[in-house]
Amino acid sequence: MRMNRRTGALALMIFACAVLLAVTLAGELASEPAGVTDFTRKNLPPSLAHLFGTDWMGRDMLERTLAGLSLSIRIGVLTAALSGAVALVLGTASAVFGGWVDALISWLIDLVLGIPHILLMLLISIACGRGTLGVTAGVALTHWPSLARLVREEVLQLKEATFLRAARRLGVSGGDVFVHHLLPHLLPQFLTGLILQFPHAILHEAGVTFLGFGLSPEQPAIGIILEESMGYLAAGRWWLALFPGLALVGVVALFALAGERLRLLLTPATAQE
Amino acid sequence: MRHRLQFTAKKLFCMALLLLGVSLTAFLLMAASPLDPLQTNIGQAALGTMSPEQIAKLEEYWGVNTPAAERYLGWLGDVLRGDFGTSLLYRRPVLEVIGQRLRASLGVLVCAWVLSGVLGLALGVLAGANRGRWPDRLVRGYCLTISSTPSFWLALLLLMVFAVWLKVLPIGFSGPVGVESVSLWERLRHAFLPGLTLSVTGMANIALHTREKVIDVLGSDYVLFARARGERGILRRHVLRNVALPAITLQFASVGEIIGGSVLVEQVFSYPGLGQAAVAAGLGGDLPLLLGITVITAAIVFAGNLIADLLYGVVDPRIRRGAARG
Repeated sequence: MRMNRRTGALALMIFACAVLLAVTLAGELASEPAGVTDFTRKNLPPSLAHLFGTDWMGRDMLERTLAGLSLSIRIGVLTAALSGAVALVLGTASAVFGGWVDALISWLIDLVLGIPHILLMLLISIACGRGTLGVTAGVALTHWPSLARLVREEVLQLKEATFLRAARRLGVSGGDVFVHHLLPHLLPQFLTGLILQFPHAILHEAGVTFLGFGLSPEQPAIGIILEESMGYLAAGRWWLALFPGLALVGVVALFALAGERLRLLLTPATAQE
Repeated sequence: MRHRLQFTAKKLFCMALLLLGVSLTAFLLMAASPLDPLQTNIGQAALGTMSPEQIAKLEEYWGVNTPAAERYLGWLGDVLRGDFGTSLLYRRPVLEVIGQRLRASLGVLVCAWVLSGVLGLALGVLAGANRGRWPDRLVRGYCLTISSTPSFWLALLLLMVFAVWLKVLPIGFSGPVGVESVSLWERLRHAFLPGLTLSVTGMANIALHTREKVIDVLGSDYVLFARARGERGILRRHVLRNVALPAITLQFASVGEIIGGSVLVEQVFSYPGLGQAAVAAGLGGDLPLLLGITVITAAIVFAGNLIADLLYGVVDPRIRRGAARG
């Protein structure tokens, strides 16, 4: 049976969310044994007993990877939601108020886009004293501009729509217009943008952590695992870097694919194919 | 010509304002940091053994007790005179450090920038023109995989394959360790993997966007009409010309991404470039250096945008005439 595109995209999205949930739960369960060191089994290459191998302290890499992924996913969801909220507020404010508010917000967007993302994340992380707070704030405060632009343009278009003008003339208050008339039209585009934001957020979290500005070395994080694996590359312990990275790519690619499918469905130009 | 100059002047003014904003933002962020530069660079143990006078001297050196506003205004005044201060970690003028690091990075950055632009455009056109067939699927699969891959992990993989496993390329740095004069061949060998990583990752985004634009153009009425007339060379005459503008935008917008990517990639390859200096400055609390790097990379990004804006007029006669009329 061939599914049509709408069902296909939906099924993919549900599958992606299920995988996400499963990994988070598995990571939750694995975070306890992930820290267990056992020097009788250190530096083992991948085998049936340890699918991803073990590191120099005898920790099981599969458990560490799962725990790290789960942590990354939680931070990714949190930061994507935060930056989405910032984008929604600033984008709408910019379109609704216009004038100097619009000019200021547009200037702010140019400013954030002008500094290379990773550099700005490092700066924000430093301002928050690094650590979990630093990386969360850093990723959340750098990913809103493109989404804010999208929201701004959508609202600008909607603002002139007849049904909105009619609602205003009929005396509906500004807040009600926003909730009942603007938001339902905005939501599909906004949610897709948010879902496509999530992979970026996870990748950047791993990057910032990798550079030493994010999660602390005691925490099981993919960035930490990969950073540590660098020291053992020349010794030929390829499994330390290969599998954790591969797992991260798998989760991110799944979400990018599902988000892309949704975007195609929701864009009028490509929806009818 | 006059409005072209006016336009440029206006853009330059906006750029200066943005740069001021960038420097202020970066400064405030660093000044707000609760991390004590003395603790991070000297350590608790060493501080414990020092006399109060020594500590006071160090505090003065790292600028701990000077108020933020005073420090920023002082810095700004110096910058306007062309002095970016002295790097606290390297103990040399910031501009000198940046210049040296930039020389090491620039070749890699420019190569990766050009390669990713040209190859990305080619792949995008290939995929868009063959929409739905296997070249399109291949290119799309590649782009999706690459855009989901952290660049530093890709760098690690390449390092494992080429340096550890095949042993054909060196494992890091910009030249052999401890050798004073490095031959061009050695330099190229060391720069190859970082450049490859940056090109491979930079390409994906450009290819995806170009593909969409090509599909747009191919679906337009004028291409349909050209086909109906039996015209040949549609790709060259209609598609490439209409893709040129967005391609320029993409190419110059990718400047920032390439520089940002180099921060991560240089870290993996221990390549002594600008990105690595930024990380070192960030970890060590070297405010003048990090501030200088931020402002200079932002200036490069803004300059890229300005060039893109100016190129539009050169490439597209409609914009040129529109500006002349307006």
